[in-house]
Amino acid sequence: MNLHFAKIALYAGILLLGIILPIIFPAYMGQMTLLWLMVIFALTWDILGGQMGYNSLGNIFFFGAGMYVTAMVQIGMYYDLAEYTSPAGGGIYEFTFTQYFTGMGVGFLAAAIISVLFAIVLGRLVFGLRGPYFAIGTLAIATVVGELVSTWELVGGGGGISLPNYPGEPAGSRALFYSMMFILAIVTFLFLKWLYSSRFGLAINAIRDDEEKAEGMGIHTLRYKTVAWSVSAFFLGIAGAIFGNYNNFIEPLEVAFPTTTFGIFMVLMVLLGGKGTLWGPVIGAVLFHIIKEITWTYLLGWQWIALGVLIVITVVYFQQGIMGWLMDKKPHWFGIRVEGDKQRLSDMVAGEAK
Amino acid sequence: MLDNIQILIEAPLFTVDMIVNGLLIGAVFALIAYGLALVWGVMNVKNLAQGDFVILGAYVAWTLFNWGIHPFFGIPVAFGVLWILGWCIYKLVIYRVIEHDLFTSLLATFGVAIVLQQSMNLIFGSDEQTVSLGMESISLFDNAVTIQPTRLVAFFCAIALAIAVIMFMKRSRMGQAIRATSQNARAARVMGIDTEKVYAFTYSLNAAICGAAGALVAVIWEFQPFIGLIFSIRSFVIVTAAGLGNLPGVIAAGLGMGVLEQTGAFIIGTQFQQAIVVGMLVIVLLIKLLIASRKRQVIDI
Repeated sequence: MNLHFAKIALYAGILLLGIILPIIFPAYMGQMTLLWLMVIFALTWDILGGQMGYNSLGNIFFFGAGMYVTAMVQIGMYYDLAEYTSPAGGGIYEFTFTQYFTGMGVGFLAAAIISVLFAIVLGRLVFGLRGPYFAIGTLAIATVVGELVSTWELVGGGGGISLPNYPGEPAGSRALFYSMMFILAIVTFLFLKWLYSSRFGLAINAIRDDEEKAEGMGIHTLRYKTVAWSVSAFFLGIAGAIFGNYNNFIEPLEVAFPTTTFGIFMVLMVLLGGKGTLWGPVIGAVLFHIIKEITWTYLLGWQWIALGVLIVITVVYFQQGIMGWLMDKKPHWFGIRVEGDKQRLSDMVAGEAK
Repeated sequence: MLDNIQILIEAPLFTVDMIVNGLLIGAVFALIAYGLALVWGVMNVKNLAQGDFVILGAYVAWTLFNWGIHPFFGIPVAFGVLWILGWCIYKLVIYRVIEHDLFTSLLATFGVAIVLQQSMNLIFGSDEQTVSLGMESISLFDNAVTIQPTRLVAFFCAIALAIAVIMFMKRSRMGQAIRATSQNARAARVMGIDTEKVYAFTYSLNAAICGAAGALVAVIWEFQPFIGLIFSIRSFVIVTAAGLGNLPGVIAAGLGMGVLEQTGAFIIGTQFQQAIVVGMLVIVLLIKLLIASRKRQVIDI
């Protein structure tokens, strides 16, 4: 009963913080949008990396794909894309209120669908790779796509595209994208909570523990892996679409396919929080974002070195992450009763001895 | 794009030029990849900091060059400096990730790579640097084939280094111990080999090889702190294509990589050079996948 109440209080607290904090401190709204983005990154990475044991370094690909798809749809619905992105174009492109929001709705839908399609097609290719080859292979795919997009003239090449301007006050646009990102993070969390508690969660955990045995027990592993990656791609695609609009400008190497920044951050956040748990990625993302902002503010110039050191320390000395450490130290918080189990174990041993 | 292929067909000597130049730089790639194959095979660590060791070696040679010392002497100095650095990194980081899975070592060395890259950026700045030997380029067949003498020198240095390392692995006691450990670490321990020492030695040797290769890179190319990752990816492509413990394969793949990169960059444009290298990794993995799926297997460790 007490635990139940604590859980409700926790959820309510997070919801309230998410709503009240940006109202009290409007200056930090941008920071908080990024924070929720980081939470989405960590949660979606953990579907494969933590729950299924496939460490992908290329998940950022879906983020960029969603961003570019929504940009192409939002602009292409009303203007000629090639003309819009051409450096010599120079026209003024206005979007009315209806145009803006219709474009955005269709764009987000397209971003989600196309990301999922990419996940299904790529899944066919890369799920034959295991362990580090999977990591390197996905990293290579994301990098190569980023390089190719930066030479694709139709979407502005390396120069990038500006997305449609919000028809109204800038403050309104900030609040809009903040609430979108917040709601997406909450939806992702709840969806994954449901997913992990279902049969599907058990199946992907079985794949992580021993794929051959899982297949032997009749789990159609390729189908499960593809679905898991599609879920990840779906949320990342929408997150990319929102972030592209929030940023108002997209560019292939630094914003859309940043394999060495966001692509690594998502892995690091999950490892920091504890992989294979529901709350681990969330805690890791919040902690990482705070650490990152502090180092970026106070250690400017040294921030990347601090980040590298953080990666090394987390990976080498703190593999189990915060949740793993807590589970180890305070198992009763998670309903794991060590004493009882020990008692049962000794009983069993005694029984066998007789 | 097609025009460039046309040029290659019409002027076969130009093709020869590409291939010769590709082979010359390929020797350096093969040397770096050999270091990676060593570490990967012996201690099962995928070293993503490989390229940053190379660039650090290049900066060591460059610093000596600025002090008025001939870059040729930069090679042993870079070898020594990187040996010490490799040993320190082994004791601080790698030592603790050997028992973990390969993904851990991948991430840990990536962290090391970021630290090295950014430290170089802070110390040396992000400008492109080069060490110029001031040698005239050699032209053959009415200027159709141009060879940079620096590349020729680097080629022969790389060959000499490779031979030295291979002889060391074949003949010396330590080399034998390294090979024994790579075959079966547990049996090696039973036989009284101090595998801990072997690991430390192997990692330091790899860093030192990279450093020496870096001194050659300084002579051939312009370099800056951020191009390390592409060297790491190159060596990954080479080792993945050749397979572990396959020394002739690594050398052949390294030379092939040099040729492919030169001709590829010429045919579809130099702005695609990075995409070519990474794309090659995707293609190599796909080919391995196809072969494996024919045997109903997966690509595993």
